[in-house]
Amino acid sequence: MSADLSIILPEIFLSIFAMVMLLVGAYGGKDKLASLFVWITAAVLVAVGAWIGFQGAGTARAFGGMFIDDGFARFAKVTILLSAAAVLLMSEGYMARRDLLRFEYPLLVVLAAVGMMVMVSAGDLIALYMGLELQSLSLYVVAALRRDSVKSTEAGLKYFVLGALSSGLLLYGASLVYGFAGTTLFAGIIEAAQGETPIGLLFGLAFIAAGLAFKISAAPFHMWTPDVYEGSPTPVTAFFATAPKVAAMGLFARVVHDAFGGVVSDWQQILAVLSVASMFLGAIAAIGQTNIKRLMAYSSIAHMGYALMGLASGTAQGVESMLIYMAIYVTMNIGTFAFILSMQKDGAPVVEISALSLYSKREPMKALAMLVLLFSLAGVPPLVGFFGKYAVLLAAVDAGLVWLAVLGVIASVIGAFYYLRIVYLMYFGAEESELDKGGSGILWGFLVASAAAMVLGVVNLFGVEGAAAAAAATLVN
Amino acid sequence: MLLDNLLSIIIFIPLIAAAILGLFLRGDDEAAQNNAKYVALAATLASLLASLFLLAGFDPDDTGFQFVEQGEWILGLTYKLGVDGISVLFVMLTTFLMPITILACWDVTHRVKEYMIAFLVLETLMLGVFCALDLVLFYLFFEGGLIPMFLIIGIWGGANRIYASFKFFLYTFFGSVLMLVAMVAMYVDAGTTDITALLNHNFGSDTMEVFGVHILGGLQTVLWLAFFASFAVKMPMWPVHTWLPDAHVQAPTAGSVVLAAILLKLGGYGFLRFNLPMFPVASDLLADFVLWLSAIAIVYTSLVALMQEDMKKLIAYSSVAHMGYVTAGIFAANQQGVDGAIFQMISHGFISGALFLCVGVIYDRMHTREIDAYGGLVNRMPAYAAVFMLFTMANVGLPGTSGFVGEFLTLMGMFQANTWVAAVAATGVILSAAYALWLYRRVVMGDLIKESLKSITDMTRRERWIFAPLVIMTILLGVYPSLITDVIGPSVGDLLSGYETAVAEFNATNAVADAGGQ
Repeated sequence: MSADLSIILPEIFLSIFAMVMLLVGAYGGKDKLASLFVWITAAVLVAVGAWIGFQGAGTARAFGGMFIDDGFARFAKVTILLSAAAVLLMSEGYMARRDLLRFEYPLLVVLAAVGMMVMVSAGDLIALYMGLELQSLSLYVVAALRRDSVKSTEAGLKYFVLGALSSGLLLYGASLVYGFAGTTLFAGIIEAAQGETPIGLLFGLAFIAAGLAFKISAAPFHMWTPDVYEGSPTPVTAFFATAPKVAAMGLFARVVHDAFGGVVSDWQQILAVLSVASMFLGAIAAIGQTNIKRLMAYSSIAHMGYALMGLASGTAQGVESMLIYMAIYVTMNIGTFAFILSMQKDGAPVVEISALSLYSKREPMKALAMLVLLFSLAGVPPLVGFFGKYAVLLAAVDAGLVWLAVLGVIASVIGAFYYLRIVYLMYFGAEESELDKGGSGILWGFLVASAAAMVLGVVNLFGVEGAAAAAAATLVN
Repeated sequence: MLLDNLLSIIIFIPLIAAAILGLFLRGDDEAAQNNAKYVALAATLASLLASLFLLAGFDPDDTGFQFVEQGEWILGLTYKLGVDGISVLFVMLTTFLMPITILACWDVTHRVKEYMIAFLVLETLMLGVFCALDLVLFYLFFEGGLIPMFLIIGIWGGANRIYASFKFFLYTFFGSVLMLVAMVAMYVDAGTTDITALLNHNFGSDTMEVFGVHILGGLQTVLWLAFFASFAVKMPMWPVHTWLPDAHVQAPTAGSVVLAAILLKLGGYGFLRFNLPMFPVASDLLADFVLWLSAIAIVYTSLVALMQEDMKKLIAYSSVAHMGYVTAGIFAANQQGVDGAIFQMISHGFISGALFLCVGVIYDRMHTREIDAYGGLVNRMPAYAAVFMLFTMANVGLPGTSGFVGEFLTLMGMFQANTWVAAVAATGVILSAAYALWLYRRVVMGDLIKESLKSITDMTRRERWIFAPLVIMTILLGVYPSLITDVIGPSVGDLLSGYETAVAEFNATNAVADAGGQ
């Protein structure tokens, strides 16, 4: 038992930390402490991330295999924790200025992070569900953080209703799987799902995939994304776009490989269709957007399509490429949202793309950093975003999914258009933007660091490749 | 040892200068603008100087890759650079033209620092394309060039620049992504992205069936088509050339120069580096297709050029016609044809660059490119008239200029491969004389009657200095073409002997299969 506990020590530690914070906040200074909490929480998240990252190799199972701590989980957890910390730091100034900073905010982020950690470590359908719900419930609340705003409340409610629906689908699938496999443990399911698989098990798989597709907002289960992205306070949107996506993709990879690794061809089709639908929907629907948050929502749908392409190849290389892709995606999104957070006019946030007209003249450095990020998001070489695309294409072609790769690159050309449109506004626009100059140093730092990473990463991808390869090897064998 | 990394040095000097400009140059006053220009000029000259060492150390008789650099890289790729007889002159062309380009934008006052950075980054990327010996590294440089060019057209271009920049970017991006998938497929097939190894790899040429369609030449044909899609757009070949006139017309003078003189050559270089040697069977099967496309391009775009009212557009269409000779020469697949194609590309680099500069000279004075707005310039601008004359004649292909050698060699190659195509293409020579001379007559000759032109001034000293090296090169290569053919000859011969062996092998197997079937 104590051995089990030592494996989930990081999760326990973070949960206790959240509860202590809650008590201190509730009985202490309430929102006066919020700023302090944000800083402490970010530090703790980074520290736990480092702790997990330097834990070393090896696979450990706790609670009879319900919780798995392996290289894959550690890679995902480090990505999740670091991106959550980054988003927290970015939100502090923005929220404080708008009087949105409640002490519950960092606390909910920590709880969501714990949920995500459980998700990527899940070795059992029940553990999976527990993690997923802990994460989702925290996120529902965060989405509706701006109680006095109709849009924010609507976003929270929409997210909740659709999220509950997807949880329902997932649970239904899980019960079918349990019925046909006789166990909820992945290790048991994989034995049942070999060769001639009972049709019920496949139905269960399909429902679980649908539920998870909701969480990563893959088309055609993406409907909530643009509205929630638009309605939530921007820092929360930034959070939605990063850590939960990594967690859900990680969970997806774990389910298909750990539980259904024997029937690759069955789920390969599902993932390939999700991937194509997401890539094209994301690329085409984003073209008409005038709100940069909605645009980023469609952009993230398209990006999930590419990550799914890697996963759909069903090989260790595919998982590796997916992890690389997600790491790059998160880095790019943090930078992009740092930029979006800094968009304001007379102190009020601006989300209209047209406000960026000729921004390059007003803020050359920020515009340049954003330019780099946009080209990287579009997957144009020589920026790092291209290597993410290259990795998933390689995995897909290697697995014989040439048609998927061809469709993927065609979608990327369509998608390039709307990223270019922002570049066009910033650089070729007619009248000069009236957005405020200067702004928070933290946001500037994240923006420039992320853009620099997109350029300098060309040299060696900062070693992400090796870590992702090791992580993928532990999941697929 | 410095010489071991000579290629990296040549490639990255401009990039380093761009980074220095970007990070350390502040302000937008005249002093800062001049600093930016001088740094850019110094960097391009340094790169030129380094490339002279490259040329001096290059051994033309060695048909393999020289000055090879190799290092580990990410995702199974290698950082590998090298040049052979085919690519070394393109490196020289680029380093030679870039200082001229920088000088050509000396009068720009709008966001000078960014302008210089864009050109420097572009130079690095273009040089990288010619030196890369890794598939994906090649793609990286090849596609990366789109970003600075997109900005150059979009920020410093003419009235309709936004449409032109988007068309340019999306058109060429679409062409290239299919090539990316093909590259990935090659990696999966051959297990390496090293171009040297891929040149020796035999890609399958057994007939394939895809969705019920039998594809002769199998994998090679599919890969060939994917590469063709990219290079044909870049080249550009008829009928995917439509982005070029738009891009040229809207781009600033220096941008047009780079576009016509260097960027168009990437497509031709790609054909020579990938399509011909790596997919010989497919190239052989599809040679007639390309030859006819080229012949159509030569005649059709020459006719279109005749009717243009915008000088830049006219020269842009003439570029498409000249690139027709290049593609035809390459896929004629014989020594004269390929030699001629490379010669034509290099000579076109000087000539078209110079012609766009010629347009730039009068555009800077009158701010219009309408042919009708000019006439009788010879009365006020004798030096300009002489220079423009020379390059018009070179564009027509007058013997004694470099334009003649390229056209003659490619026509000779075409004649051996497909007489009809050569006959059609030869009419293009007449048409090119028609549009070029007519343009010259309308702009330069006649009486100076237009009021607005009465005070126009002749070329400044800076402008004369810009044209001097181009004039020298055009005439030098025209009277002494072995300067180029001696360098490229052995490598081309090697390429073609490999090509012919592969084609002969394929035909022999097919003949055996046919005989067995009967």
